[in-house]
Amino acid sequence: MLAKIHIKFKDGVLDPQGNAVHHALKDLGYNEVSAIQMGKYIELRLNGISKEEAETRVKEMCEKLFANTVIESYQFTLDSVE
Amino acid sequence: MNCGVVVFPGSNCDHDCFHVLKHVFKLKTEWVWHKDSIDLSRFDLIVLPGGYSYGDYLRAGAIAQFSSVMKEVVRFAGSGGMVLGICNGFQILVESGILPGALIQNHAQKFICKTVHLRVENVSNSFSRECVHKSVLNLPIAHHQGNYFIGSDGLRQLEDNRQVVFRYCGPAGEATEEFNPNGSVSNIAGIINEGRNVMGLMPHPERCADPAWSNRDGQLIFKSIINSLQSGVSV
Repeated sequence: MLAKIHIKFKDGVLDPQGNAVHHALKDLGYNEVSAIQMGKYIELRLNGISKEEAETRVKEMCEKLFANTVIESYQFTLDSVE
Repeated sequence: MNCGVVVFPGSNCDHDCFHVLKHVFKLKTEWVWHKDSIDLSRFDLIVLPGGYSYGDYLRAGAIAQFSSVMKEVVRFAGSGGMVLGICNGFQILVESGILPGALIQNHAQKFICKTVHLRVENVSNSFSRECVHKSVLNLPIAHHQGNYFIGSDGLRQLEDNRQVVFRYCGPAGEATEEFNPNGSVSNIAGIINEGRNVMGLMPHPERCADPAWSNRDGQLIFKSIINSLQSGVSV
């Protein structure tokens, strides 16, 4: 099973990296981009666990380690892999 | 008085902290390895030093918060033991929830290494009681993720409970945006917990506490801690 986790800053948290990259994009002429948010992407390969258990366990991993829930929010999907 | 300096893989200010406690202030000081799950109750002060524990991977302090020693540090702090977290130590304290808020990347996205002015916001605590209220100290900072963030409710609580100990300021004590090196909310440089026994600050008092140097402002923090513990009075 493959867990795909996205983590990004919550609204209201300054994202200076996002702002810097936004300026760079504007300099390159991509003025249609009104906002950027930079985040993190994590992939987990999980073995020997059901999808229901994985939902709970991956959520715990996000709450405890992958995301600092003071400043970050997360979302994830679970896909079966061959 | 017994002091313990915790060492994580990647800590690099541990020797300066150890030196100041043991050789400058002549206190019994020991190393505490991060994997040690030992009873810390024989210590009076635990220091979490600066550095790059676990390479700052994921987030600064994010992995260190789960080192075996941190369970004991949480227990120690919960029983009223004094904990001083400097720079990465502060980051570990907020990640572990011992202190509120979070420390994120400096707003200018640069690593900032310079001496800054700090205004002493309150002296009714064991970490700054030797300072003069509203005086200006000079302490060095050296960090990339020193931008203190807390939501508006949390900030109100910090201010109402007088938990803000140091604020970045100008030479005349003006805590304005101009003198905020990293974007920290309300220019916050150092805070204490509600129990007033744990302080986290981004500046480095251990880098200006040796009498061989001309700037010894950092000594005031160590003297405050020592005097609190020796007098048995928690402020």
